[in-house]
Amino acid sequence: MFNDSLKQLSERLANREISSVELTTEFLRRIGKLNPQYNAFITVDEEKSLAQARHADQKIAAGETGPLTGIPIAQKDIFCAKGWLTTCGSKMLSNFVSPYDADVIERFNRAGAINIGKTNMDEFAMGSSNETSYFGPVRNPWDAAAVPGGSSGGSACAVAARMAPAATGTDTGGSIRQPAALCGISGIKPTYGAVSRYGMIAFASSLDQGGPMAKSAEDLALMLNVMTGFDERDSTSLQREKEDYGRDLSKPLSGLRIGLPREYFAKGMSSDVEKAIEQALDEYRRLGAETVEVSLPNSPLSIPVYYVLAPAEASSNLSRFDGVRYGYRAQAFQDLAEMYRNTRAEGFGAEVKRRILIGTYVLSHGYYDAYYIKAQKLRRLIAQDFKNAFKQCDVIMGPTTPAVAFDLGEKSSDPIQMYLSDIYTSAANLAGLPGMSIPVGFGDKMRPVGLHIIGDYFSEARMLNIAHQYQLVTDWHQRAPDL
Amino acid sequence: MTLSINDVKQVAHLAYIKVSEEEAEAALSQLSGIFKLIESMQAVDTSHVEPMSHSQNLVQRLRDDRITESDQRDLCQSIAPQVENGLYLVPKVIE
Amino acid sequence: MQWEIVIGLEVHTQLSTQSKIFSGASTAYGALPNTQASFVDLALPGVLPVLNRGAVERAIKFGLAVNATINSPSIFARKNYFYPDLPKGYQISQYERPIVEGGSIAIQVGETEKTIRLTRAHLEEDAGKSLHEDFHGMSGIDLNRAGTPLLEIVSEPDLRSSAEAVAYAKTLHALVRWIGICDGNMQEGSFRCDANVSVRPRGQEKYGTRCEIKNLNSFRFLEKAIDFEVERQIEILEEGGSIRQETRLFDANKGETRTMRTKEDANDYRYFPDPDLLPVEIAPDWIEQLRVSLPELPQARRERYVTEYGLSGYDAAVLTSSREMADYFEAAAKQLPERVKLCANWIMGDISARLNRDGLDIGECPVGPAHVAQLINRIQDGTISGKAAKTVFESLWQGEQGQDVDAIIEAKGLKQMSDNSALEKLIDDVLAANAQQVADYRGGKEKAFNALVGQVMKAAQGKANPAQVNAMLKEKLG
Repeated sequence: MFNDSLKQLSERLANREISSVELTTEFLRRIGKLNPQYNAFITVDEEKSLAQARHADQKIAAGETGPLTGIPIAQKDIFCAKGWLTTCGSKMLSNFVSPYDADVIERFNRAGAINIGKTNMDEFAMGSSNETSYFGPVRNPWDAAAVPGGSSGGSACAVAARMAPAATGTDTGGSIRQPAALCGISGIKPTYGAVSRYGMIAFASSLDQGGPMAKSAEDLALMLNVMTGFDERDSTSLQREKEDYGRDLSKPLSGLRIGLPREYFAKGMSSDVEKAIEQALDEYRRLGAETVEVSLPNSPLSIPVYYVLAPAEASSNLSRFDGVRYGYRAQAFQDLAEMYRNTRAEGFGAEVKRRILIGTYVLSHGYYDAYYIKAQKLRRLIAQDFKNAFKQCDVIMGPTTPAVAFDLGEKSSDPIQMYLSDIYTSAANLAGLPGMSIPVGFGDKMRPVGLHIIGDYFSEARMLNIAHQYQLVTDWHQRAPDL
Repeated sequence: MTLSINDVKQVAHLAYIKVSEEEAEAALSQLSGIFKLIESMQAVDTSHVEPMSHSQNLVQRLRDDRITESDQRDLCQSIAPQVENGLYLVPKVIE
Repeated sequence: MQWEIVIGLEVHTQLSTQSKIFSGASTAYGALPNTQASFVDLALPGVLPVLNRGAVERAIKFGLAVNATINSPSIFARKNYFYPDLPKGYQISQYERPIVEGGSIAIQVGETEKTIRLTRAHLEEDAGKSLHEDFHGMSGIDLNRAGTPLLEIVSEPDLRSSAEAVAYAKTLHALVRWIGICDGNMQEGSFRCDANVSVRPRGQEKYGTRCEIKNLNSFRFLEKAIDFEVERQIEILEEGGSIRQETRLFDANKGETRTMRTKEDANDYRYFPDPDLLPVEIAPDWIEQLRVSLPELPQARRERYVTEYGLSGYDAAVLTSSREMADYFEAAAKQLPERVKLCANWIMGDISARLNRDGLDIGECPVGPAHVAQLINRIQDGTISGKAAKTVFESLWQGEQGQDVDAIIEAKGLKQMSDNSALEKLIDDVLAANAQQVADYRGGKEKAFNALVGQVMKAAQGKANPAQVNAMLKEKLG
């Protein structure tokens, strides 16, 4: 049952094979067993989850069900959920019980899904290993010595370890795709604006985008159907017709043109990853796709551009954490200024402070044009590269990460090495394009490898189709660590 | 460009984050490395490129001028560090 | 040395919307602390701003009223600084591409008209309030005002005296009320001025170093603060010193300005476009729609009052100092096209004085313009004297006789003696009783004539028409 797809679980619930309360209890039990070692969840609240499950059972009894009614979903602790501790992985919010629901949470509630717990994450989503969480690191279910990736590491771990059938994540520079790859699951970051940011604690507003993490493309489609949609409370939310992301899942792939960016395959990718990616591409060719070489000439700049823009926005977004209205407040201070300075020095971890300093610097007088404006101009060039590439192909593929999951502590003292984990993923955020990762095998130490798929704007249904067709003929997505 | 210890302290001052001498030193070496990476941007000529703030070329939606919120003070102040008589308390503000 | 004063004003006008600029919380004044601070206003984690159309509309109306450029797209930016009354740690304001750019306002100083250029007007959100009453050595923060829409109107340094600054501020105050974008309530902080003041030797082109005086919330304070600041700067310069660029506060109790912060402590605000908000596009047909909705503007009316009614520039300026005043005047003048000047005098004189006494605005005047017109008519047709008219006016004010002018005149017996024979008899009696004065007048003493008029008026108990008495006396005395 823990390996069931969302559709299978939904059928079991509909057939009265199992109730939502029973299902929720099963997953809570598994979390109780595995979480002490893997630390995927920051908050589990059995009573709240079971209350939702009881309500879902009533709905099922009344026949008022949707595809996710009664199904437990793990929520990244970046989404505000009313009455739930919502920490964003930070000491700063270690006592913050949200008075309101994020749009995403509201949508899952309306769909009758069960919030099975709030998942661990890098502090304020800043990190690629989950080691920056105030609540301790998450471990990779495939190898407890390895990191799960980040920042949505808790969600990736929860799904990979079958502590939840599916989870939510957010992705600012790769935070859904990179942990999905390192944990051997599927994850998609939709087009910027598809998922409302209301109630999703901001890291870098123009790059942040919520999305689902699950075992398969088919499950991702069901999750996206619930998560997306226009929200008038978010000025950047897209006003589009509601779409069924699963509508194209069964379409054949013949004639599909897959673009392979020269720059992604040139250097930097480790050989084990390269091998798995090449095998996946061969599979696609067998499915009727053709591969074409494309170029994203400015892609090497995506990391520097990202590390100007994201910290700049973050430095401002995180100014609200001052110990005045909610959250952590320092104990000792002489005056107002010291209250602020101590609160922020004590409440934020090292990586968050580092990024606030970078961001403050690049926005400050005299450097704004050289860094911030320069980076925004390069952002346009990076976006144009994709536009040009999509004239030659339908989707772009490559590795999600340059290497499989690294060991805990391996990169934590070297921020630049850590930042380079996002080398293939951050460009999609800069351009606002949808990107996904699906498991395509294992590399060194039997750690998972993810295939990165970048689509044109609003092509999520097509991307899910492409992933699903691969998953019909392979079983990497069904593999689970033996826990 | 090279970052100095004073730059780090000035930025920490602006960001309202207290840093000790050692923290400033440590931050200096890390930030210098990061800025070296960032400097690679300067190699590209962008003189004819418009800055891009948003990935979608959309315009601001406007909200009707209507009151939609009601008083939630008790709920909001239940999570506040210090309140009295409905006010948030902070160390004395001196103008 | 002769010094020239250079002043520019930055005026924060609170826009009269129902809800806040980026949230649906009420902007009503005077609510219990923090009961109108929504999740967005409190800057809870995860909340986002959505722009209020009403605020944009009011800004556009202002831009049209001062003949400015309406920028489209217009961009919102974050101004980053820490302060307990600023929940997000940044204020959403505008930096590049403010909604209104350029434009000008004509002001009237005495009989001289002067044009003051505007630099820009931009939309931004107001901050909350820090209350300094003692909470065991702490301050209390009320965020009800946080997020109230403001239009910050910035003038060029075109003002040359505190009198001009006050005239400009008053004209602007009247204008924003006139076009209905701000209630202008200065006690409640709906209209707040900051003054940038510098002095330079007359004839020098380069501006002197300026000081900014913050938060002047009355015209009187604006004048006093500028006068004090000008004197302070001149004194320093004349003693060979130099002015330090700084922000100063006006202490109303002491009538002086003092340092608030120097340029060195000035914040680096790190302005950048707010990524939570998109560019605001203002379609030409929206602008046109708003242009059509604007009332006739004060300047146009002022000019029309001069050309159409022949009023002086000064009178026209006074009568257009508010839309209510102008409407009142015009309603009265329309009924008395031949006596416009008299209407103007009544409104600026007796009516204004009476309103002042009760602390009322012309909009609250218990005597309507139709009654005033009727009253003036009765003076003109000789029914009552000017003096009696004041009595009638007070009766109208008190609502006597159902505010019927003629009924009041009747009831009070204020009608002038228009019957020639009765008046003639009276005059004959007075002449007979004052033979000495008659002789004096005939002997060349002009003063004696006035004494005789006085005697007749007295005998008529004030009901005689003085002009008529004059004429008849002259005739009789040959």
